[in-house]
Amino acid sequence: MAERSRGIRRRRRGVAALAAVALLGPAAACGGGDDGGVPELNVYYAPEQNFQQVVDDCNQQAQGRYRMVYQVLPRGADEQRVQMVRRLAAEDDGMDVLGLDVTWTAEFASAKWIREWTGREKDEASQGTLEKPLESASYEGKLYAAPKNTNTQLLWYRSDLVPNPPKTWDEMIQLSQDLKSQGKPYEIDTMGAQYEGLVVLYNNMVASGGGKMLSDDGAKVEFDQGAVDALRTLQKFASAGVTNPSFTNTQEDGARLQFQSGNGAFQLNYPFVWPALQEGAPDLKDKVKWARYPGIDAGTPSKVTIGGYNLAVSEYSKHPAEAYEAALCLRSPEHQLFSAINDGVPPTIESVYDDPKMDEAYPFKADILAQVKDGANRPITPAYQNLSTVLSATLSPPADIQPEQDAKDLRGSIQDALESKGVLP
Amino acid sequence: MTATAEKPTTHRVRAAKKAKTQLSEGKKQERKLGWLLCAPAAIVMVAVTAYPILYSVWLSFQRFDLKFPDQREFIGLGNYITALSNQYWWTAFGITMLITVVTVAVELVLGMALAWVMFKTLVGRGIVRTAALIPYGIVTVVAAFSWKYAWTPGTGYLANLFTDGAPLTERASSLAIIMLAEIWKTTPFMALLLMAGLALVPEDLLKAASMDGATGWQRFTKVMLPVMKPAILVALLFRTLDAFRVFDNIYVLTAGSNNTSSVSMLAYNNLIRGLNLGIGSTMSVLIFLAVAVIAFIFVKLFGTAAPGSEEEGRR
Repeated sequence: MAERSRGIRRRRRGVAALAAVALLGPAAACGGGDDGGVPELNVYYAPEQNFQQVVDDCNQQAQGRYRMVYQVLPRGADEQRVQMVRRLAAEDDGMDVLGLDVTWTAEFASAKWIREWTGREKDEASQGTLEKPLESASYEGKLYAAPKNTNTQLLWYRSDLVPNPPKTWDEMIQLSQDLKSQGKPYEIDTMGAQYEGLVVLYNNMVASGGGKMLSDDGAKVEFDQGAVDALRTLQKFASAGVTNPSFTNTQEDGARLQFQSGNGAFQLNYPFVWPALQEGAPDLKDKVKWARYPGIDAGTPSKVTIGGYNLAVSEYSKHPAEAYEAALCLRSPEHQLFSAINDGVPPTIESVYDDPKMDEAYPFKADILAQVKDGANRPITPAYQNLSTVLSATLSPPADIQPEQDAKDLRGSIQDALESKGVLP
Repeated sequence: MTATAEKPTTHRVRAAKKAKTQLSEGKKQERKLGWLLCAPAAIVMVAVTAYPILYSVWLSFQRFDLKFPDQREFIGLGNYITALSNQYWWTAFGITMLITVVTVAVELVLGMALAWVMFKTLVGRGIVRTAALIPYGIVTVVAAFSWKYAWTPGTGYLANLFTDGAPLTERASSLAIIMLAEIWKTTPFMALLLMAGLALVPEDLLKAASMDGATGWQRFTKVMLPVMKPAILVALLFRTLDAFRVFDNIYVLTAGSNNTSSVSMLAYNNLIRGLNLGIGSTMSVLIFLAVAVIAFIFVKLFGTAAPGSEEEGRR
């Protein structure tokens, strides 16, 4: 009964609200922001501590051509995507510049929610931009976004325990087991929870081993021998007794804390762990060094998944010309340098890495640049979200992977996911 | 109300017709006014509930994925075949049924006890009743977050009660925690409905029964329960319908990992995260049908009636 009367009250309130909107509608429209002559652009972007300063700086440079408002999205990637998707599905014309995770660009492009970049704007967005991030912003040979920042995981290791960093997974597992038998800190700390981080870990192994999950155009499942071997490597790693006990529930920050607590000899994680280590574990900071992420064969350098954000212009924007200009300003070399130093996000423009100011904030900039240059994008397909959901569900928990059987299942379920035919878990 | 007017026995037809025409002026006006008064509410109801329901039924017959706007087409029952032949759906369905049956059963027992306490308390009755209702007053998501932190090693006081691991990373313990959170949250609601039933039991009846030598248990099962039956059935119906749609607690506590999704979680994942309007709507329609079946069983088979209405409300 309480439920029911609450429902009725809510409905009544809803009617009242509808009436209020109907009455106030015209008045509210008059009060809108655009009448001052300066187009107001809404920038939907993930929370980034100093991004407001970049926005302010661009507004100043625009000298009245546009004025951006930073609409801060939720912290979780899923929530960010859901919020933008719901607005775009309703053709909301109050969104202009969108901050998209690299894996969403194809999806938004295929749904016709974002505009293609052409002509002068396209040239400016691609000029000097690293190839792999640019690839992540393209779909079917067209450019749909301007890469703002990239990201990649490095191998962080205890140089007091391991003099030379391992080049391959097999080598690293062996080193870890040796340390374990000597009673020293031995853990390999990384992300193993059932979420995107696990898919990234698996993608690193697939790409480094030269395997493929999808055909080059992203339309068909391929899942070749390299992908099957990667299942085997992941299973071996998870069951070798070298992970943290809560590996299957660990996300980025969890891995950082496990390593910082002193039990880890190796950590595979993004560069945000470096400043955190300086503050959180002063006794470790001089012992920890970094190296390239391990690969599969000793002779072949690893290929590591790249992350990051791209800036796109909404299809429903009322001021597309200004939105392109604003997006370009937000990712200009000077602002990428500012964001790299202040917010720790690696730039997508190669020349920014040469700036001497990068040295202090990014002592590992050479390794990052090298890895991004050889980097591996996750499969570029509009159905990536489906693919990732299916993959993480099958891969979790990694110790229980049965390579041949799981590969057979995945070939079917990935093809269904690509055609949006199957049910998502 | 209208039963007598609509089903007149043959020999009374004339009289009834006469009565009808006699009453017509006043009755017609009243009826018209009645319709006019409820029209705005009815129209809004149709706009906000009937339209979305019909639209989702329409969507469920289509292949429609927001990612592939060009591939939209009518495929009849194709989505239903896909959903009903999928193991994820049946796993979620099983989980939902399990949660529904276990939580409602436990809530009935605890709710009855709580109702008894609230009903019988003499001292500080207001405080007791208010305190008992607090869990129901807390927003589900907020409560779910406190449960989540309580069961997370490092931040919680409950996490290492039974094991050293993280209880929310394993299926059985996750389900137990979800059910615990549900029970904690909605037992007061159950108790509130049952207390209304308790108030219906005449004191004289209980006294007469004890005079006849009935034990406490006999008084409970032979006198109180039969009298309370309508209230119990309504409470069970409301809670079952509610429990079948469980979403918030699962969304916050496990987000469906380790196969702990309910059907509502699954529909959300396919609709909102997967952007698959076809399959997602199909699941919503299936949930709607399941809820309708539950309501049908309660109303037709058990004879549940709305509280307050007499015999005629039952069929």
